[in-house]
Amino acid sequence: MPLSLRIGLARAAAVLLGAGLSLAAQAADLTVSAAASLTNAFRDLAPLFEAAHPGARLQFNFAASGALLQQIAKGAPVDVLATADELTMDQAQDRKLVKAASRRDFAANALVLIVPSASAGMPRAVADLAQPAYARIAVGLPASVPVGRYTQGALEAARLWSAIQPKIIGANSVRQALDYVARGEVDAGFVYATDAALLPDKVKVALRVPTATPILYPAATVAASAHPALAQQFLDFLLAPPAQAVLARHGFGKP
Amino acid sequence: MSGAWVPLALTLKVAGWATLLNLFLGVGTGYALARWRFPGRDLVDAALTLPMVMPPTVLGYYLLVLIGSQGPIGGWLLQHFGVRLIFSWQAAVIAAAVVSYPLVFKAARAAFETVDPQLEDGARSLGVSEWAVFFRVSLPLAWRGILAGLLLSFARALGEFGATLMVAGSIPGKTQTLSIAVYEAVQAGQDDTANFLVAVTSLVCVAVLLSAGRLLPGRVGPRS
Repeated sequence: MPLSLRIGLARAAAVLLGAGLSLAAQAADLTVSAAASLTNAFRDLAPLFEAAHPGARLQFNFAASGALLQQIAKGAPVDVLATADELTMDQAQDRKLVKAASRRDFAANALVLIVPSASAGMPRAVADLAQPAYARIAVGLPASVPVGRYTQGALEAARLWSAIQPKIIGANSVRQALDYVARGEVDAGFVYATDAALLPDKVKVALRVPTATPILYPAATVAASAHPALAQQFLDFLLAPPAQAVLARHGFGKP
Repeated sequence: MSGAWVPLALTLKVAGWATLLNLFLGVGTGYALARWRFPGRDLVDAALTLPMVMPPTVLGYYLLVLIGSQGPIGGWLLQHFGVRLIFSWQAAVIAAAVVSYPLVFKAARAAFETVDPQLEDGARSLGVSEWAVFFRVSLPLAWRGILAGLLLSFARALGEFGATLMVAGSIPGKTQTLSIAVYEAVQAGQDDTANFLVAVTSLVCVAVLLSAGRLLPGRVGPRS
């Protein structure tokens, strides 16, 4: 092997090794699995947390709460779980996937019925959805998407669920339901108030829908977390005034 | 568990229609590009092969923009016929057909190119029409390669997921194909359902491959 090539290879190896070492030094990567509705608020929170905790870096994994639970149950390396409902967190706690003692509610939300902003009419009550003008209604899949369960609960309380069920277009997360309405592919949809506020020029809120259980966001550290101390610091940070101010700016209520 | 038969029947229906569409589109364009020389032929070939290499979500987004109710095609259909394609099984057929089309097109073009033009010229010299040349000479000589492409396209359409989910959604009994039903079951933690659906899907795929082997005894493709 010519000397120059050997030196080149040695240098390449040194660079690769260096990259590996710097990865090891970045060991404080905190993975946060959060409900899809938290996407924008949590992205805004990241610089605040990272500034207060030098060396720590947040990695987000956004999806429907039910999907996040399944990922953790199958061994995904996650440090913090934040869901859009208590039921999913209860299931995580029952299966000992999260530390029960760390669990805190950090935000609240509201269920709204939205229609595309181009649509002529607006439902005045949830019962109006039974009219033929509303042929397709986007609802999160109740099996894995909390907003779908809140919707199902509200419609069942109004004795409308069985009448509306044939019109339902299931969405894999609240953001997919929002997208269906924003594109005008459905006539109406159920999302959170914070989601509807993201696209004020594409969707309009017809009404706030009262839910049987309040919409609360619990967070907890994951039992198998590799950084339990940092994960706890992130939970403390979520409840502190600066983070609460960011959440409030995105329309979330206090728990 | 009868729950898997509904998505299975739907998957077979969607893949069947997609393959039928590709039979006409793929064979037509494959023959055109094999026989006609025109400027930009390579560019057209590349454009028609694009769906094979592009991520299905990118294709799904293109389709959503085109056939969505605010898109040029979807908007026109809605205005003139009151038809909404998105979230219908027909949208699933379109997605599956687009994704698997290049498999038929490529196979058909290659198969027609192996047909000796002298045989076609011989037929013409005997005074038969161009249609007769195609159906009685070119197509019979190229059918093996085309059939191989169609089977691959059917298998690809069976498993289509990304583009389908984007334009057809996941409506049980209407657009929820096997691969999407598996995804939903895993997301919801219904591992029993997922296991059953996965087993059914695997069996169907093995059956398709076995029948492909029976339909195509020996070598597939151009003969030397």
